[in-house]
Parts: sequence; C-alpha cells; structure tokens
Amino acid sequence: MTLLVPQSEGIPLPRPSGLSKVFWDACEEGRLVYQRCVRCETAVFNPSPVCPMCLSQELAWHDSAGRGAIYSWSVAYRPMSSSFTAPYAPIIVDLDEGYQMVSNLIDCAVDDVAIGLRVRVDFREVGKMTLPYFRPDEP
Amino acid sequence: MTHPYHDVAIAAVFNTKQAKVLEGYDSYTITVEAALGVLDAAGMPPAQLDGILGQFNTELAYLLRVGPAWVPAGGFGSIPQILDAANAIAAGNCTAVLIAGGGAGIYTERTATAPWTRMASEFVLPFGIYTALEFALIARRHMHMYGTTPEQMAEVAATIRNNGHVNPEAIYYGKGPFTAADVLESRMVADPFHLLDCSLTGEGGCALLLTRADIARDLRQTPVYILGGGADHNGPSYQHPPSWDLRGNGPGAVENGYVGQRAAQQSFTMAGLAPSDVDVAELYDPFSFEIIRQLEAFGFCARGEGGDYVTSGAIRPDGELPITTDGGLMSFSHGGGSVQLLQRVIRAVQQLQGVCATTQIAGAEVAIASNGGAGALFNDVMLLGSHRP
Repeated sequence: MTLLVPQSEGIPLPRPSGLSKVFWDACEEGRLVYQRCVRCETAVFNPSPVCPMCLSQELAWHDSAGRGAIYSWSVAYRPMSSSFTAPYAPIIVDLDEGYQMVSNLIDCAVDDVAIGLRVRVDFREVGKMTLPYFRPDEP
Repeated sequence: MTHPYHDVAIAAVFNTKQAKVLEGYDSYTITVEAALGVLDAAGMPPAQLDGILGQFNTELAYLLRVGPAWVPAGGFGSIPQILDAANAIAAGNCTAVLIAGGGAGIYTERTATAPWTRMASEFVLPFGIYTALEFALIARRHMHMYGTTPEQMAEVAATIRNNGHVNPEAIYYGKGPFTAADVLESRMVADPFHLLDCSLTGEGGCALLLTRADIARDLRQTPVYILGGGADHNGPSYQHPPSWDLRGNGPGAVENGYVGQRAAQQSFTMAGLAPSDVDVAELYDPFSFEIIRQLEAFGFCARGEGGDYVTSGAIRPDGELPITTDGGLMSFSHGGGSVQLLQRVIRAVQQLQGVCATTQIAGAEVAIASNGGAGALFNDVMLLGSHRP
C-alpha cells in the first residue's frame, strides 16, 4: 500500500508575479484564495485581470474553504524530472466555490484515489514556498 | 461554387531519415535537409519558391536566397500552417510554398521528460504535470463517463505499433509485433497509460511543398488536394487544468473533451463528404486514448462508443478505417514540437499517392489527418483527396 506524500525541496517552484502574488502570499498564511466577479459572481481561477464570462474587470479576492471533490486524477510513476519523487498523484479539484485547480493528492493510498473523492487543502512548505496540496477530507 | 482550394495542390512531401538520435544533426541542419529533400523530390529549384512557412522559415529564405518572398515570422509547422499556405496560394499571394520542420539534439537530458512537454505555468509546474499526465486527466473523465477501459486503449496502441513494426522507415521498425496484452504488461507511466500507450521521442525532419494545381501537374510527385480543414484551439497547451468540460462562451461551443469536432465538421462541410467517405485516417497519436476520443469527436462513431469501435477491428489495416499507418508518434517518429504534426499530413498524402511501401490502403482516395488532442487543448483536422475538388 503506497501512501502519497508531498514533494521535497528541489522541485521547480512558482515565481509569483503580478496577479499571482496575492495567491502565493495567501498560501504562505495558510489561506486558499480565488477571485470572484463582482458583477456576475463567477468564480475565477487562475488569477485573471478580467472575468471570462462577463468581461468585468472588477474581481474581488475571497477565501476558499479549501474543500472540494476530485474531478480527474492520474498517478505518475515516471516523474516529470529527477527532482520529483514518484509516485505522485496529479489531480484536478472541483472546489466547492465553483472553480477548478490543479494540485497533488497526499496522505492517501494510491489505490484509494477516485473521481468524486472529497478532499481538503493541506498547505505544505517545499523549499521557500508553501504549496496547496490536497488530502482526503474527513467525513 | 468553386471549392476554395480548387487551384491548390500539395505537390510533394518528404521525410528525412528518422532515428532515436541523429548523430551530427541539430534541428536546423535536419530541417535544411528536409527542405532540400522535398524540392529535389518535386524537381523544383528553390528560386521558384515565393513562400516559406514552418520551422526556420526565415533562415531558409536567406540560406536558399528565396527572397523577397512570403515568409512570416513564427517558425512553427502544423495543419493550420498548411492551411495558411493553401490560403495564400488560393488568394494569389503565393504560387509555391515550402513548409519544413525538424527536431534533433533537443532531448538530451534523459532523466526528465522531453523539453517541449515541460510546463511553464506556476499553477501546474510545482505539481509535476507533463504531457502524459495531461492526457491521462482527459482519459480518466472518459473512463468515468463511458466505462472506457485500459484494454480498449491497449488495442489502439498495439494496432499503431504493429503498423510501425512492419515499416522499415519507422524508428521502432521490427520491435513487435504487439498484442494488447503486451501494452498492458508494460510498466505504468501515468495511470491509465502504460509505457506502450505513450508516444516515443525521436529525431527527424520532414517537409511539404504546396503549389498552384497547374504547377503541381508538371512536378515529379503525384499531386494531392486539400478537400477541407479546420483548427480548434481552447488556449495554450500545458498551462491550465486539462479539463474535459472547459468550454468557450460562443453559441454552439463544444466542451474541450470533444475539441476537434467543430474542425472536423468544417472540414467535411467544405469537402461535401461524410466520415463514411474516408478511406484512411492518419490520426495524431500522442497517447492511445486520444485515438478513441478523436474517433468520437470526428463522427466516426457516437460519443462513448470509441472503445467498442477500436476493439471491433475497424482501425486495423484491414478494417473499415485503418489509422496511423506508418506507426505514428508511437513507432514511426516524434521529433519535437512541430515535425510529427506535419508527418500526419505527409503520411495521408503518401497514402493518396499510393506510394506507401507498407500498409498502403488499396485504392485510397480520401484521407483525414489530425494534430493535437484534448490534453493539449487543441485539435486540428485536414481532409485530403486524390481528386481535385
């Protein structure tokens, strides 16, 4: 039974810039944030200068509860590069607030990964950054 | 109404030698060899060119002293660039356009995935996502919705790899034959994809020459005609979640899981043909599942029925729709960001010219070729024919 774990220092890390700095700074504080259009209320992620639905440029940052369900998943047995340790599980998460993001699932047995699995965000320090991983949510 | 490409022909196509590693070449020199190769195969001197697209196009214009000519910066070659060339000829801006491509000396760091598949976006990069995983995330949705199985995907991989196994020009010539069981027994790379569900990486060059139809008639290769084409793109590859349900806001927009459907419908409408008219399908095969998805998106079978379609034997060389007859990206070659895209069209042309040394589909008159896939958020389509439209 292989347990999925976070990666270690040495993997390529984000370089926050412009719009994304708000997101990564919040991760540092243990908050998962996203934008919501003030006009049409669409949840927007990745950080964007404009609402893709109504084109409003008025987007407000909100805290996400960090809870959602796995929309799709894979398990990588061959890593992207030698700085990653396999296996790891890339997932697309459907956040309850109505947006999707890419992450890795941790603290879960490889055999238990499934579409629809309830997950919650779990911030882990990797090198100089705090990354938003996800782990199975307790019932 | 006259067909928009009535006066356009693909006059000649050419592949250089393909290999796992082409000693002594880099991407530039193998592209030059491909360019010279197609001109020689056609019997056309470079001075007759008045347009160049594809990789190193500005360099080729200078090197071969082609200018002044239609040589837009950009340096990429795929189905949309072939259609650009056809458009330029149809509009009278050009009479003879070269499109070349090549990859060599790029993938040298073997502890990592190929460089053209590594991510740029900060929202995917730290999570170790690369191409096989992007396409796996798409395949997983189809498995969830329709019950598509690894066994069905393995059937696709075995079929394409067997086409390459018998093709002396394929990098993996003689490596088979393969059964679906062989694919399932190969090591897991990116669940649900086993090693043999994935394309290879290799090196090689290729080129196409498009001219006015009346010029093509007097050249050495048999002209082939463009019956239709379309390009479906949803955004930059490998930077955003490869979501099956990503959808544009326009009326009639199709979810990313069926990207390519619009391009195929445009192509068939332009051609005045239906999927049942296609004799051979040179489908882009980065991963086995992508064939199942494209068969549904292009209308060769209904949504959700791609898995059963491929296990029916339809896609084998003796089936109703033989696919990827040179071995494709899985066995023939996969030279980088551009060359293998052009090679799907090149193989379709060779099928219609009737010159394939292996897996020639007898009497083929209509071929479809494709590029890309849902994991990369794009899918381009071209219909080709042996008769002038």
